[in-house]
Amino acid sequence: MFGKLSLSAFPHEPIQAGGAVSIILAMLAVIVALTYLKRWTWLWKEWITTTDHKKIGIMYVIAALIMLLRGFGDAIMMRAQLALSAGANHGFLSPDHYNQIFTAHGVIMIFFMAMPLMFGLFNLVIPLQIGARDVAYPFLNSLSFWLFVMGAMLVNFSLIVGEFAAVGWLAYPPLSEVNYSPGVGVDYYIWALQISGVGSLISGINFFVTIIKMRCPGMTLMKMPVFIWSALCTNILVMMVFPVLTVTLSLLFLDRYFGFHFFTSDLGGNAMMYINMIWIWGHPEVYILVLPAFGIFSEIASTFAQKKLFGYKSMVWAIAVITILSMIVWAHHFFTMGAGGNVNAVFGITTMIISVPTGVKIFNWLFTLFRGRLIFKTPLLWLVGFLLTFTLGGMTGVMLSVPAADFQFHNSMFLVAHFHNTIIGGVVFGYFAGFIYWFPKVMGFKLDERLGKAAFAHWIVGFFVTFTPLYILGLMGMTRRLSHYDASTGWQSLLVVSLVGALIIGGGVACQLVQIAYSFWKRKELVDHTGDPWNGRTLEWSLPSPPPFYNFARIPTVTSRDDFWEQKNNPDHPGHKKIVYEDIHMPKNSGLGFMISVAVFVCGFGLVWHITWLIGLGLLALFMFIFMRSFDEHTDYYVPAEEVLRIENQLLKRKGEC
Amino acid sequence: MSTTAITHDHHEIDEKTTFGFWIYIMTDCLLFATIFAVYAVLRPSTFGGPGPAELFSLPYVLVETFLLLISSFTFGMAMLAQREERKNLVLLFMGLTFLLGAGFIVLEIKEFHHLIVSGHSFKENAFLSGFFGLVGTHGLHVFCGLIWMVLLMIQIVTRGLTPLVVRKLSCLSLFWHFLDIIWIFVFTFVYLLGAI
Amino acid sequence: MKNLKSMKKIFLSNIVLFSFLFLSSCKLAVFDPRGIIASQQRDLILTSLWLMLVVVIPVLVMTFVFSYKYRASNTKAKYDPNFEHNNVLEVIWWTVPIIIIAILATITWKTSHSLDPYRPLESKVRPIEVQVVALNWKWLFIYPEQGIASVNFLQFPVNVPVNLKITAEAPMNSFWIPKLAGQIYAMEGMQTLLHIMADTPGSYDGLSSNFSGEGFNGMKFIAKASSPLEFNEWVAEAKRSLQSLSQERYGELVRPSSYDKVQYFSSVEEGLFVGIMMRFVMPVGTGESCHQPHSLSPSQSESELDSH
Repeated sequence: MFGKLSLSAFPHEPIQAGGAVSIILAMLAVIVALTYLKRWTWLWKEWITTTDHKKIGIMYVIAALIMLLRGFGDAIMMRAQLALSAGANHGFLSPDHYNQIFTAHGVIMIFFMAMPLMFGLFNLVIPLQIGARDVAYPFLNSLSFWLFVMGAMLVNFSLIVGEFAAVGWLAYPPLSEVNYSPGVGVDYYIWALQISGVGSLISGINFFVTIIKMRCPGMTLMKMPVFIWSALCTNILVMMVFPVLTVTLSLLFLDRYFGFHFFTSDLGGNAMMYINMIWIWGHPEVYILVLPAFGIFSEIASTFAQKKLFGYKSMVWAIAVITILSMIVWAHHFFTMGAGGNVNAVFGITTMIISVPTGVKIFNWLFTLFRGRLIFKTPLLWLVGFLLTFTLGGMTGVMLSVPAADFQFHNSMFLVAHFHNTIIGGVVFGYFAGFIYWFPKVMGFKLDERLGKAAFAHWIVGFFVTFTPLYILGLMGMTRRLSHYDASTGWQSLLVVSLVGALIIGGGVACQLVQIAYSFWKRKELVDHTGDPWNGRTLEWSLPSPPPFYNFARIPTVTSRDDFWEQKNNPDHPGHKKIVYEDIHMPKNSGLGFMISVAVFVCGFGLVWHITWLIGLGLLALFMFIFMRSFDEHTDYYVPAEEVLRIENQLLKRKGEC
Repeated sequence: MSTTAITHDHHEIDEKTTFGFWIYIMTDCLLFATIFAVYAVLRPSTFGGPGPAELFSLPYVLVETFLLLISSFTFGMAMLAQREERKNLVLLFMGLTFLLGAGFIVLEIKEFHHLIVSGHSFKENAFLSGFFGLVGTHGLHVFCGLIWMVLLMIQIVTRGLTPLVVRKLSCLSLFWHFLDIIWIFVFTFVYLLGAI
Repeated sequence: MKNLKSMKKIFLSNIVLFSFLFLSSCKLAVFDPRGIIASQQRDLILTSLWLMLVVVIPVLVMTFVFSYKYRASNTKAKYDPNFEHNNVLEVIWWTVPIIIIAILATITWKTSHSLDPYRPLESKVRPIEVQVVALNWKWLFIYPEQGIASVNFLQFPVNVPVNLKITAEAPMNSFWIPKLAGQIYAMEGMQTLLHIMADTPGSYDGLSSNFSGEGFNGMKFIAKASSPLEFNEWVAEAKRSLQSLSQERYGELVRPSSYDKVQYFSSVEEGLFVGIMMRFVMPVGTGESCHQPHSLSPSQSESELDSH
């Protein structure tokens, strides 16, 4: 009846049970609060069914921040375990539990923290920056978001029912095959990633078409803001590699569920093929994450240096070159497989070539600051922190790319320190900077500066205190994914330092949470009526904050790269002409994106636990909802010109009041 | 709201939808490319079991192939009829396409069934896993295409050839021809080259 | 802000202090090699580090200088809001990195071949062959010439090349002795090769560096380089062991266990190592051969098998 599901699947260990109970309590608290405040219809009408890219963006960011907390909790547990468990002391986590934690940490941070934060920022910024009223396919946008949420829900469900994978974040076979991992952990992994991965692929197509087809008149490719360029290349990468991930996970699923032999050791299966395939997706994935961060920093550099971006063309070419190169370097993740000198050398060299365009970008940012007037608001601090840490991370990256040297670094803590150096220093710093930078645009008030700077100070200090010891530990011969070691290794003191660093970062995270809460409390004082709090350069700052649901009452016409900056300095700019209002075509809300995703979740849960009737039920519901969508003719409507005029006048009045 | 503005909007949406659908087909193409690569790697791993030459019957697969090729042709005819706005002719040709596609699926299921019953299931070795994986994925796509076709036929009957229905029809047409092309590759790489 | 900045300075100086303390007091295995491969790898790591610093140091300096000099409150600094392009500068920062990477690429090409783990070491002494099997979660070493085997203990004479043939009957592991040479994967149904030679006698830590499941922590061994005489004594000692490694005994050994004590086996069943590998490879003499495209085929197990 319930497949592999039985009472024993519910957690027994105190730490796991604590996690499960806290998740259930949090859900209950939300349900009670919504009922008490009578907000259920509001939630359904305004948020769950919304097709407004700004609201979807906000939900993405909130979900990403919640998952950041969970992933960070995992990180703290790992660092604490390692700081304790030397010699006779075995720490507070059993090896199996520890293995689940580091797997969950990697999966959550990449798929359920970084990816949604990225798509959140895309949603919030892309249409505004290219002068569009929405994304190309608003319904698919809602669907992508809810698919991501359901994937994240599956990961969290594994805390309450069953277990998560204990195989590392890329689930290499044969360890992830049924004979070595008979539990449901790997199945949770497969379906969480599969469901959210399909969502990412749909988003990739959506934003690609949005950027190609929906730019406002005058915005030629070489007049696009660099953030749009980076988003374009990122989405190209998403479209190129996510199909590979879909196939890889499907084949692993077929192996586990039906007894196929794609990656098994016996009967001709080929585990190395999995490792190749997962990295053909996995390496471009890190560029998918870091390219938007490059774009964000380009916007921030020119805004806060009050200066044009240096070497725009170099920047664009560098992004394009990185996009292409990122797809032909994957084998550097397994030089130690023994592919021979030629293969290793080729992949090593393509890898180090990537450092050339990346280096060029760093010089361009530096020379954007050069002869500027630097206003040290928090976003610019993150940029400076990024330049320092990312340069060091890039350096260790090139060191790792030399195959003969990699034989000594591979799988060691040196490697762990390296990729955290680039992902935290690049991706996380970048997205945080973007979050603070665009926050007032979306919410209508700024974030508190003092707390923002405190958060930055904690993060940067904490980062170096955490990861410098890990570099050293790697050179001492400490390998990753250990949960216990001999006291004679002499690693413990460094691991304690590393824990201290993680706690300092924890202070940074706390500052950020307080910053958001405090700024919300003081939102009247931090309010931004101008819509242009940073003296910005691109189109999104020409709108009121927050923008009306249709974004632009009149689709702008662009004449130059930093068009809004030109508009502010040039009285003859077409942006100053009087607006003639017209009817605006907008998408209607739809609950089907949410319902389809719920059906997929039900199906996924059934597949994890081998509950056939539940799978059938999920599929049936899925097809039914797709039929409903297919038969729905009334998916959009027109906002009459008079209504637009009324809203615009209201916004003008608000602006005039300050 | 002037009618010109509405037609303009519709035209824009049509173009956007078709472009997006093309992009989707490209990603699907990459998906198939990956599975083809997997098949190529696993193809020699018969683990002592029979290879494609012993397992597959070319004439049988040729019938499958012709069913799918003709269905592509009939769908093309349906699209031509749609241009002349001859609703019943569109329905007729779509019905034919559906029957041919369904015939293809039935033949494929029979082939799979035969293989499994005679002891050559996907569990036997990696080569057969690759075979079932590749051909099965294509079959699954055709099956989804058939469901989509039924939906559109219902919509044509109830609503006629409205711009929205026509837009969906042209997407399905792209999808159907794409599956045909993929099948040509499957036929060549799996069956023809396998027979050599 | 002032407080924060001074706090930051204190923290940063602490980090530097810490790093130096640890660098001087700790044993950095990778930088303290005892084998010819590991020494060359250390030199290679340092070369790549110096080369990278040529670019990295100026970047770090510029980051600090520019962000200090061009702060908004410093109105004396030049402000040029339209300075967005300069051919000379851009040519410099495209070419300098290209040159550095070209140098590094040349080094990479050479060392990828000279330090290829599959490449036998040049030596006048006849090498010793050891077959390595990664099991859940222990290492089995088989000495085919001496006819002995051991668990979690690898001994060999100093200054003699050791040819390791590595396979597994377990999830993927990685065989690593940091002080002697870089690592190589151990995979089921395949054989990878590693060639090591110690130049100083001593006991060195060996471990699996690729996560392989619950007992992974305990998957460690000692690699002992000794004088040839001592090695012979050790072989003789193993020969006196009461255990012999038959198929059945191997069957018991395969069962999952971790932190295993050192064991010796006085004899090893003929063809055990090849048998372990062949369990996963296709049956010999039937059907077609199983050649994979080279890029996907890390092990040359078939060709290796043919030649032996």
